[in-house]
Amino acid sequence: MAGAERAFLDLGRLDRLAYADTPVHRLDPRAKIVATLVYLVAVVSHGKYEVSGLLPYAVFPAVLIAQADLPLGYLVRKLLVVAPFAMLVGAANPWLDRVPLLSVGPITVTGGWVSYASILVRFVLTIGAALVLVATTGFYGVCLGLRRLGTPRVMAVQLLLLYRYLFVLADEALCLVRARGLRSFGRRGTGVRVYGSLVGHLLLRTLDRARRIHTAMLCRGFTGEFHSLRTLRFRGADWAFLLGWSALFVVLRLVNVPRLVGALFV
Amino acid sequence: MSHHIVEVTGLEFTYPDGTPALAGVSFRITHGESVAVVGANGAGKSTLLLHLNGVLVPQKGAVRIGEIPLTRQTLPEIRKTVGMVFQDPDDQLFMPTVYEDVAFGPLNLALPPDEVERRVRTALERVGAWDLRNRPPHRLSGGEKRAVAIATVLAMGPDILVMDEPTSNLDPRARRRLMDLLASFEHTKIIATHDLDMALELCHRTIVVHDGRITRDGPTAEMFTDDELLERSGLERPLGLRACPVCGSLPMAGLDAAEGG
Ligand SMILES: Nc1ncnc2c1ncn2[C@@H]1O[C@H](COP(=O)(O)OP(=O)(O)O)[C@@H](O)[C@H]1O
Ligand SMILES: [Mg+2]
Repeated sequence: MAGAERAFLDLGRLDRLAYADTPVHRLDPRAKIVATLVYLVAVVSHGKYEVSGLLPYAVFPAVLIAQADLPLGYLVRKLLVVAPFAMLVGAANPWLDRVPLLSVGPITVTGGWVSYASILVRFVLTIGAALVLVATTGFYGVCLGLRRLGTPRVMAVQLLLLYRYLFVLADEALCLVRARGLRSFGRRGTGVRVYGSLVGHLLLRTLDRARRIHTAMLCRGFTGEFHSLRTLRFRGADWAFLLGWSALFVVLRLVNVPRLVGALFV
Repeated sequence: MSHHIVEVTGLEFTYPDGTPALAGVSFRITHGESVAVVGANGAGKSTLLLHLNGVLVPQKGAVRIGEIPLTRQTLPEIRKTVGMVFQDPDDQLFMPTVYEDVAFGPLNLALPPDEVERRVRTALERVGAWDLRNRPPHRLSGGEKRAVAIATVLAMGPDILVMDEPTSNLDPRARRRLMDLLASFEHTKIIATHDLDMALELCHRTIVVHDGRITRDGPTAEMFTDDELLERSGLERPLGLRACPVCGSLPMAGLDAAEGG
């Protein structure tokens, strides 16, 4: 069970990364949020068989990771934790869509496989960008920014609480996994029934904890409004960041750069 | 000042699942008093405390803080006056750094930024945790977490401190430090605890709760030598009031401290 422990344990590190002080960290949360949204829309709106046209988008997370000095290995591990979801989402495509799309020598690639690959690439790009956003802004900063951008209060609060509860859930899961590990004496065969009750337990405990945390927030005057120690200011650098990146995403959406480059050399 | 007074009359509470928790509790605590609420597990201590700042609203009976009766309308006012330190500091600390966690309350009070910073600094220095300000709370030791949780409440500037089992899960050194800290506060204090030795040292008055009722309310020192009462309430004489297991002599130091306080 050591695997599950390590995967969960480091969630808080994402938030702590947001305390670094680099030009990217210093940007107004709103600039980063809007740029990331434009990015997500651009990536998601490509056709379902698009693969090569998506690849250049990797430049956005890559540049931010470099500029913000983020630990690449850590982010990749976080991606892998959620990867199974993406693998499941598109897993049926190769069976459903058997239209041959292209052939490389003797191998014929069907549309299903191409769209599956496209889903995986999109997944890496979008989750990667979201992770970078949180790692450079902090989740509280993201919610604060969303709120200042006009997101309804309830939604921003729900989002914040959801994220907090994720930590709680991870914590509680860790405790249960440890308790189970201690009592099963290293034997793996603890059965589906045990898992079932484990999950039930987990939900109950998480709800309880979540309620207590919410109570504690209310006791300290939380009314659902976000407050920040520093006032948000949209400066020249923020505009440059937002407009520069957005322009690039629009170009990437309209022009398939790898194909263009390929055509130049053929 | 009169708003330090806590008055509870005929309080009854049953949880939604039908568990009766309080069955008619009344007491009055005046300005600057330090009161222990003791009782076995499940006696109703936490439920009682949760009524004092309106986390739970009385189903029957009433709670008054100074002149103000506790109702939904007066909640914000009451919560500024009554600071609640929860049993598990992990429930209380939820921001990414200690500093922000302590600032959370004052920011919600919409205080100006320099006043927020002053309050955060004062509160953290008061509990000796200023050096921890940039650390993530969930990485602190049990004693440090407890200190920070208290600072988050102090930063709200309450007149009354309500604490649920503040010394549980602390090692002896951390417990000692916490008790010295609590002793230095001038607030009205209400402390739910199993730690009768702490009650003896910090609180001159004790309320014994059993099965949702108050079975005794009086000077701490008297109460804890009443073995029959302790037995009935599912408690044990504090170590400080037991005969020495080695030589058999009765220690009087604890008694003096309790009576002197
Ligand atoms: N959320 C809850 N739902 C139902 N019953 C509860 C809940 N919290 C406490 N109780 C019950 O209420 C009674 C009093 O509990 P509590 O006030 O927590 O006691 P203490 O703090 O003295 O240990 C107990 O019987 C307990 O099981
Ligand atoms: Mg309790």
